[in-house]
Amino acid sequence: MIIDIRNLYKNYLNGEMEVPVLNDVSLCVDEGEFVSIMGPSGSGKSTLMNIIGCLDRPTSGTYLFNGNDVSSMSDDELSDLRNKGVGFVFQQFNLLPRETAVQNVALPLVYADVAPAERERRAREALDRVGLSDRADFLPTQLSGGQKQRVAVARAIVNDPSILLADEPTGALDSKSGEQLMDLFCDLNRQGMTVVMITHERGVARYARRVLMMNDGILTETDDLGEGGIK
Amino acid sequence: MVKHSGFAENIKLAFRGISTHKMRSFLTMLGIIIGIASIIAIVSTIRGTNEQIKQNLIGAGTNSVTVKIKQNEWDYEFDWMGIPEGFYPVSEETMRQIRELPGVRSAARFVSRNNSGSVSCGAVTLDNCGIIGVENDYFVAAGLQAVKGRLFGEHDAANFSKVAVLDRSAAKSIFSGKEPIGETIEISGEAFLVVGVVDTRNSFSPVIETMQDYYTYMGNKAARVYIPIVDWPILFQFDEPESVIVRARDTDSMTEVGRATAELLNGALGIGEAKDAQGGDQDIRYKADDLLEQAKQIQDLSRSTNSMLIWIAGISLLVGGIGVMNIMLVSVTERTREIGLKKALGARKNRILSQFLTEAAVLTSIGGILGVAVGIALSYVIQFVAQVPVSISVPAILISVVFSTVVGIVFGLLPSIQASKLDPIEALRYE
Repeated sequence: MIIDIRNLYKNYLNGEMEVPVLNDVSLCVDEGEFVSIMGPSGSGKSTLMNIIGCLDRPTSGTYLFNGNDVSSMSDDELSDLRNKGVGFVFQQFNLLPRETAVQNVALPLVYADVAPAERERRAREALDRVGLSDRADFLPTQLSGGQKQRVAVARAIVNDPSILLADEPTGALDSKSGEQLMDLFCDLNRQGMTVVMITHERGVARYARRVLMMNDGILTETDDLGEGGIK
Repeated sequence: MVKHSGFAENIKLAFRGISTHKMRSFLTMLGIIIGIASIIAIVSTIRGTNEQIKQNLIGAGTNSVTVKIKQNEWDYEFDWMGIPEGFYPVSEETMRQIRELPGVRSAARFVSRNNSGSVSCGAVTLDNCGIIGVENDYFVAAGLQAVKGRLFGEHDAANFSKVAVLDRSAAKSIFSGKEPIGETIEISGEAFLVVGVVDTRNSFSPVIETMQDYYTYMGNKAARVYIPIVDWPILFQFDEPESVIVRARDTDSMTEVGRATAELLNGALGIGEAKDAQGGDQDIRYKADDLLEQAKQIQDLSRSTNSMLIWIAGISLLVGGIGVMNIMLVSVTERTREIGLKKALGARKNRILSQFLTEAAVLTSIGGILGVAVGIALSYVIQFVAQVPVSISVPAILISVVFSTVVGIVFGLLPSIQASKLDPIEALRYE
């Protein structure tokens, strides 16, 4: 089991008030799963995502990542976990504008202290996996939105993470690019990559094999995605 | 894996960051450039002056020490006071003892007058010059050699020949380029035949034997006319107690050789240490011109006046450092999203800290290196415009570059800590 979250609570301080954001959330994700979490904005799905991605710590509850208790980890250990265990894909791509595609993809390897030649080789390999080996030396400004997001996916998988975390990955893409991206996610999932994705689009969510609903900080399993069901 | 790869990466990032904002980086560096450039220029000028003082006073490596009769700290004035009581010409026996002192290469007696008695040749008169009556060995002891004609020989002394040797400055002043050998000059109305012109072995520096000489040289190149010591009574007086010039084996033993020679001369006259107690105006005795010590004193003076300038330059470095801090804070704010992303991708706190610290240090180091270049250029401009000797100091250059790096690290610390402490979630959301 890659993710094992039990009775998780997260409160934010808003002035003097403690605002509960996550309310007794439990979630288990096994290796090879493709999970999507749906919910309206403000439902707490991004907060859950940040906690899964070890960017944030829960107020209470337990979170085991690959069997390791995250709450007892130091900042540096969390950094290493993000570096080697988790691959992030953001809505706004978050590519460094002055670095080429291959340099952007290689960035996590820099923090894993991989030698430059090895970084380059693995970054090009990752770009090949997302079908962009011919765009390796382009700057982000020379790429379309869909291509940028695929570079971001290559960056997320370059260090062979245990899990791919995507936060509204299609949010900034047109529908065609979005579909291509989802096909890519499905391919990666078929190759064994565990994927957890946040989205508020039903059409996107149904690419996943398992869909969860987030509402007011409460997470529930669902198989009701309205018309069409799960693809 | 490779531990140092992080450092190389930081350097690369630093250069990229700096070159992205060329204008801004340059303006930030300007404070450092100005600060370092002024320090280099000031230090070069101090060093140049000091080296000149040392070289001139010590006589460009001739290591000659003059031991003269002094009243307290001043040269005894024969013209005013006559021959002091109890002083006699220096005996051959005393000279033998002096030559046998450890560290002495050669020694000779001489008598001299500064700015006394005029030297002329036809219409040209040279008022401001030193007249020196010398033993034949004097030139060796003073490190002088003939550049034209000859020095004095045995027959000159035996025949009381009225011959004269000029130094370059005197030859130039009197004959202004014409051949002086064979010409006749008048010294206080007495005719002397010019037989030679002497100069120091190192022809760039004058022989300067006293502080008076030094100041005379600085104001007005001292001209010197040498005559055989046997001719001295023709111009001045009989039985004048001589001064002694001693050439030491090396510069460091000059002080000791001078002291020992003075002791021997005083001892021969029965002036012992006991006479010290009397003190007062009547303390007339042989004393060595300790040029090494005097050179150090002048150097200290120039050093202390200039150290104030270094403080002022230091303040401009401080201002430069604050400029660096300011621009780094702006840079951290601008790159908030980038920092957030890097943290999300697994960059540790220290990694972010060292990235910004490296950028600040590289920025100020480049400033420091440019500052050194500007400082060296400035030094030569000062040398050219103000006619002050300049000597570039390699240690000062190295220290300046290291110091500018330290300025970057110190003033980059606060912005870098701020960057490393950014919350990745907040930072990623930053617009």
